[in-house]
Amino acid sequence: MPANADRAHRLSGLLADNAGTLLQRWVQLAGAELQGRLTVAELERDLRELLDTLLPVAGRQAADVRTGADFTELNTVLTELSRRRARQNLTPTETASSVFALKQAVFELTEQDDDPALFRELITFSSLLDSLGLLTFEAYTRAREEVINEQEVQLLELTTPVVKIWEGVLAVPLVGTLDSGRTQVVMEKLLQSLVDTGSEHAIIDITGVLAVDTQVAQHLLKTVVAARLMGAECTISGIRPQIAQTIVALGIEFGDITTKATLADALRHALRSDGLSVVRRDQVGA
Amino acid sequence: MDRVPILQIGDVLLVSIQVDLQDQSVLNLQEDLAERISATGASGVVIDISAVEIVDSFIGRMFATIASLSQLFDADTVVVGMRPAVAITLVELGLTLGNVRTALDLDRGIKILRVLHERRRGLPGTGHAASTLGLR
Repeated sequence: MPANADRAHRLSGLLADNAGTLLQRWVQLAGAELQGRLTVAELERDLRELLDTLLPVAGRQAADVRTGADFTELNTVLTELSRRRARQNLTPTETASSVFALKQAVFELTEQDDDPALFRELITFSSLLDSLGLLTFEAYTRAREEVINEQEVQLLELTTPVVKIWEGVLAVPLVGTLDSGRTQVVMEKLLQSLVDTGSEHAIIDITGVLAVDTQVAQHLLKTVVAARLMGAECTISGIRPQIAQTIVALGIEFGDITTKATLADALRHALRSDGLSVVRRDQVGA
Repeated sequence: MDRVPILQIGDVLLVSIQVDLQDQSVLNLQEDLAERISATGASGVVIDISAVEIVDSFIGRMFATIASLSQLFDADTVVVGMRPAVAITLVELGLTLGNVRTALDLDRGIKILRVLHERRRGLPGTGHAASTLGLR
């Protein structure tokens, strides 16, 4: 359809010729939407970049956005913009509105023209912008998901410290919810630390664990047995009254695994089996 | 087929496994070990597996077999230096080591054997040493 292509050139030409005023109007409209959450200079820089990459493909169909090779640059710019805004805590609506604001600016530019062909092109252009708006939504969600995943990894690292509380005694204070993934991390970290420090005692403190079900108990038991296989003794401490009730109600057997009420008790137990005892200084002589 | 060397230190036999074990070499080891214990009258066996990275259920069972075997000659068995990954694998396989004692390293393993040996002979003054090593 050569004639169609020619006409499409007409809108593109019109946009390219008026790029300056278009940009100013777009910045104005998008700025009103954002209510001053971005500076005008910042917004103008973003939108200029967007407009520069958008103009060469302005005559294309909306369906080409995902597949067209010449859309790669525009997609990158748009994704980057959306990602940046996601990290600045702007809502996806605000980001998409910035894109949609261009429609208004273009309509104002072509209002006086009553060429039906141009009108048709405008419709096409409008749906192209709709697709781009949706793209920002997607990029926004992806960016947020990345943030969440990062935080999950950090949380995993943060919540599973293995600390040395005495010569040859390691402790793992567990906090939060235990699932198989986390228990696996705890298990590996604890066992590796046993080797690295040559410790013969490990204490898993579950004071901060909200709930214990059969699966969690199973994981804890596995950790204890694995530590035992390596030649270390593992104690579980900090079982809260409610959790003790649950464990009994579920019929979980801890077998010959030592369990203590508090971390302090577990430490005393570890020291005692090492042949040490803690006594008051004034009672030493007595 | 490589044979795993069996070294004698005092009245303890040291088996240091430095290669990944094949089923056949496991069988050879059990055979050799039985002969050596009976020949030397050793009182303990230390199996050092700190270089072993991969285990399967067959190797897992080897430890229990060796332990029961040496028990017949009145010798104790200690497995030392098990890597975390190996321990996790054995637990996931659901294998228990039966009568086998474990220790973090060779030094501790030999200490445990010494205490067990003294206790068996009923020597005095071993109560404290036993408690030090967490033996019951």
